[in-house]
Amino acid sequence: MSKTLIRGARVLGGAPQEVLIENGVVTALGTVAEAGGATVIEAAGRILLPGLVDLHTHLREPGREDSETVRTGTRAAARGGYTAVHAMANTFPVADTAGVVEQVWRLGREAGYCDVQPVGAVTVGLEGKQLAELGAMHDSAAGVTVFSDDGKCVDDAVIMRRALEYVKAFDGVIAQHAQEPRLTEGAQMNEGTVSAELGLAGWPAVAEESVIARDVLLAAHVGSRVHICHLSTAGSVEIVRWAKSRGMPVTAEVTPHHLLLTDELVRSYDPVYKVNPPLRTEADVRALREALADGTIDVVATDHAPHPQEDKDCEWAAAAMGMLGLETALSVVQHAMVDTGLLDWAGVAERMSFRPARIGRLTGQGRPVAVGEPANLVLWDPDHRAPVEPAGFASRSRNTPYRGRELPGRVTHTLLRGRATVADGALTDAPADTPADGARA
Amino acid sequence: MKRHLISAADLTRDDAVLILDTAEELARLSDRPIKKLPTLRGRTVVTLFFEDSTRTRISFEAAAKRLSADVINFSAKGSSVSKGESLKDTAQTLEAMGADAVIIRHGASGAPYRLATSGWIDAAVINAGDGTHQHPTQALLDAFTVRRRLLGPDGGLGRDLSGRRITITGDILHSRVARSNVDLLSTLGAEVTLVGPPTLFPVGAEGWPCEISYDLDAVLPKSDAVMMLRVQRERMGGAFFPTEREYARRYGLDGARMARMPAHAVVMHPGPMNRGMEITAEVADSPRCTAVEQVTAGVSVRMAVLYLLLGGAQPPAGQTPAAEPRGARPRTEENH
Ligand SMILES: [Zn+2]
Repeated sequence: MSKTLIRGARVLGGAPQEVLIENGVVTALGTVAEAGGATVIEAAGRILLPGLVDLHTHLREPGREDSETVRTGTRAAARGGYTAVHAMANTFPVADTAGVVEQVWRLGREAGYCDVQPVGAVTVGLEGKQLAELGAMHDSAAGVTVFSDDGKCVDDAVIMRRALEYVKAFDGVIAQHAQEPRLTEGAQMNEGTVSAELGLAGWPAVAEESVIARDVLLAAHVGSRVHICHLSTAGSVEIVRWAKSRGMPVTAEVTPHHLLLTDELVRSYDPVYKVNPPLRTEADVRALREALADGTIDVVATDHAPHPQEDKDCEWAAAAMGMLGLETALSVVQHAMVDTGLLDWAGVAERMSFRPARIGRLTGQGRPVAVGEPANLVLWDPDHRAPVEPAGFASRSRNTPYRGRELPGRVTHTLLRGRATVADGALTDAPADTPADGARA
Repeated sequence: MKRHLISAADLTRDDAVLILDTAEELARLSDRPIKKLPTLRGRTVVTLFFEDSTRTRISFEAAAKRLSADVINFSAKGSSVSKGESLKDTAQTLEAMGADAVIIRHGASGAPYRLATSGWIDAAVINAGDGTHQHPTQALLDAFTVRRRLLGPDGGLGRDLSGRRITITGDILHSRVARSNVDLLSTLGAEVTLVGPPTLFPVGAEGWPCEISYDLDAVLPKSDAVMMLRVQRERMGGAFFPTEREYARRYGLDGARMARMPAHAVVMHPGPMNRGMEITAEVADSPRCTAVEQVTAGVSVRMAVLYLLLGGAQPPAGQTPAAEPRGARPRTEENH
């Protein structure tokens, strides 16, 4: 019987408490009188949060193991304080069958660093033409409820409508990568004053906003859930705010990088800043932060997108889109949202753990820090300050836009059902346990 | 001046005037029987062209050779942007060859900037046109040409283009020439107006230091120079304009339109021309058209840039071909 006592941690940023964990479950909270034989974690000054849940992770396996594997990606997740990630479907082969999603799910269990919840493709081969076997993926061991063609937009209105309708049968959700394809052919960066000057083809905000507007209306029309991936513009925020005010069934995510970085960085022509959707303007960043604070945007999702060095060490147009996110997400959120007074730690827990788990219908993740709940927990030292050093990353890739940038905070411990995947800031190599049957009940 | 020439926006007014003045002095060389200066003897200049442009390449090559540099022509065409690391590999190859300057033409905007700032290479980098971003020596030769025409070869020395009204017409969206000229000509004090159909302006151009007009006829009477940009017929495919005929009717320069320009005003074209599209043969062949002078100016201006980036900051006054030792050594340029 394993026993861990966390002493002096500020649960969700509140007063210091003691937390007792036995056999992967929180068994006492407050002042723990009797904890004989427990492993003690001294956590004075640290914030205790529920294990983070990412709705948008590219683990690249199968097919692009040169950039990431399920194992390296989940180790990166653990270092970032995550206890569950949703693995996007744009792998090779595409995760559009029960076989592939089960493979990814099983690789996650074998690695043991983090629960891996596969996302299924909406359409066969992400081609936007024919629905994938959504029901089979849901009924598989992987128990898929989130479906997305992420990387590509489900741009055909009829296919989108049918997908939304179809997944109602099992309370699924379609996560839309909102990008009108014709308006973004060859697009390289946000369309605006910077793109005009740099001579890079523009990715206009309207290409995102027009799809979101259509999809919230479609979701309302058919009474199904739509989730908008990586909102990046002030206009998108306005549309989602309007939709929510009408009670439409929409949720939305924002990435850490869209909360912090702007298209001014593209002036360097350094492809480490090339990402899809692109970095936008200061005004967009402000609108996204406010929307995350007021609940218009439900969650922070990393869109962790590893790429090998050769795909970034080149001219802008030739470079791949995407940036790492898992290992810096909470630091960026502290910097952009907590240190600015826009969110407290309870608000962070809501947006990085509770709500993403709810959207993904995970039942064993994103739970309150309370007696009887699974001990998926992260201890965060908010006073730590250090420049980001990608050499220390657990990810197989190094394409972080924060290299050398000083960001606050550090994960000291991540507990997955009571077992440390990260202890004293370092990954453990404890053997994988088997997730308590299914992250989902 | 900076160590590289990537963008016309990097040049101050004094930098630009110094380049134009230096080019004027070097232009006089062309009238002498021996056209070479020893300034860059022993220095290696590489032309690295990822896109075909014989005109631009031979202009740079002639400029470098007249300064006695060793010239290596490196044609990397076919190394398309999809080949990822080719730019880095090529840069390191050139570095290993001891290049002192790399003149790069690339289809991807920002490739010269990457080359100059990535740490892959120590050489001075000169942008000979990158994607739809910049083509600074084109802007310099345009400024040189217009200054000569409006102020005279001697009258222009030391002077900028304050108060001159220059109109640039055509496909602004896809034009590195337009971007470079807006930057340089405005730095030199000119009042620049861009003209074209609204579809051929980038979103975000509103903030540029120039006026924007969709009406060529309204602008012509107020122009001291009118620069016609090449418009590619393929743009019709992207629905940028309905037909060639409609484009020519609204934005092409023909004899009747040219007659609306002030008597002293000149017509410029960076070449190659689409006769019948943005310019009629009548205008192209008229004495008001500077297209051929622009080609000549290109060599002088590129000599000036190489001279100032590699040879030192002093104008070449007094340094004449006579200073070159007699029995000049054989030319050593390699052609790869
Ligand atoms: Zn996406």
